[in-house]
Amino acid sequence: MVVGFALLLVCQLIGEAAVRGLGLPVPGPVVGLLLLAAAAAAMRRASGDDRFVDPAAPLGRVADGLLSILALLFVPAGVGVVQYLGLIGEHAVAIGVSLVASTVITLLATVATFLAIRRAIGVDDEEAGS
Amino acid sequence: MTPFALWVYLSASPLLWLTVTLLAWLLADRIAAATGRHPLANPVLIAVAVVAGLLRLTGTEYRLYFDGAQFVHFLLGPATVALAVPLWRNRRLVLRTVVPMLGALVVGSVVAIVSTVAIAMALGAPKTVLASLVPKSVTAAVAMAVSEGLGGIPALTAVLVLTTGVIGAIVVTPVMNALGIRDWAARGFAVGLAAHGIGTARAYTVHPIAGVFAGIAMGLNAVVTPLLAPLLARILF
Repeated sequence: MVVGFALLLVCQLIGEAAVRGLGLPVPGPVVGLLLLAAAAAAMRRASGDDRFVDPAAPLGRVADGLLSILALLFVPAGVGVVQYLGLIGEHAVAIGVSLVASTVITLLATVATFLAIRRAIGVDDEEAGS
Repeated sequence: MTPFALWVYLSASPLLWLTVTLLAWLLADRIAAATGRHPLANPVLIAVAVVAGLLRLTGTEYRLYFDGAQFVHFLLGPATVALAVPLWRNRRLVLRTVVPMLGALVVGSVVAIVSTVAIAMALGAPKTVLASLVPKSVTAAVAMAVSEGLGGIPALTAVLVLTTGVIGAIVVTPVMNALGIRDWAARGFAVGLAAHGIGTARAYTVHPIAGVFAGIAMGLNAVVTPLLAPLLARILF
């Protein structure tokens, strides 16, 4: 458990340091994600299998555990809504309509583009999880 | 100790609000499970409503609440790094879909920004609100930095981002089902792009492949939106 969590923190720490140090326009944890993926690739090359990310391995256990409660982690920031009820209330219609409509439009545009390009280049649907 | 003195002591310690956050989540998750994970019974929405109600009832300031809740909030960073694990496990599928993903990324990112600004502008929202809306589909930390650069209010952006996440998590299942789209990769990618981590959390509860693609979309959009936002904002307002 500790090994897995420490691995996540080390990747995040290097990511944050790289972002600050080099002035990258990317969040630190996203750089950490790429580092961990690179580490998984290196471990596979070294061991010849995917032991490193196995659900029973330290990293796999911690990662699966954290991702299973991902939604909970947004609650503290979400409660921040109490600070802006006034400003949001004042522009409730503009903000509400904009968020709902834009989210639906974005979902449609994204899924349509994804499917159109995939159909155009002819990737088989079966393995892609349909 | 009188009850009042006990309350003064407890309400000032991180223990109380951390415990409340976890209990509110357990309650919200129970309710969501009892409805068969109905999209409208979004656990984030329920838990936020419960906690916000308790804060108001007890007259507790958000900053005091966050002293306790920050321990949960902190885990967002490691959880983002942890997305590398399902990404690596599904790398073959991911590599085969790189081209559709990149196309959908650019189109989705532009549409997310332009549509929200255009609609809010037409409805008379002031410039600070427009600037705060621009990065609403991106994960909170990045969105706040983008908002600040555009002259928005970062903390308002955080709330708009969270609201967008909840909306995306609620609408994605009915919208995709209505359109008859059963491709989990495409569905997941769309919700991760439009509704970041909360959309990704919803995607994981619906299908593991959808979760993987949602995580990728969230990560990619966190890179692309900060690059696109200043350009589009200059054209739009």
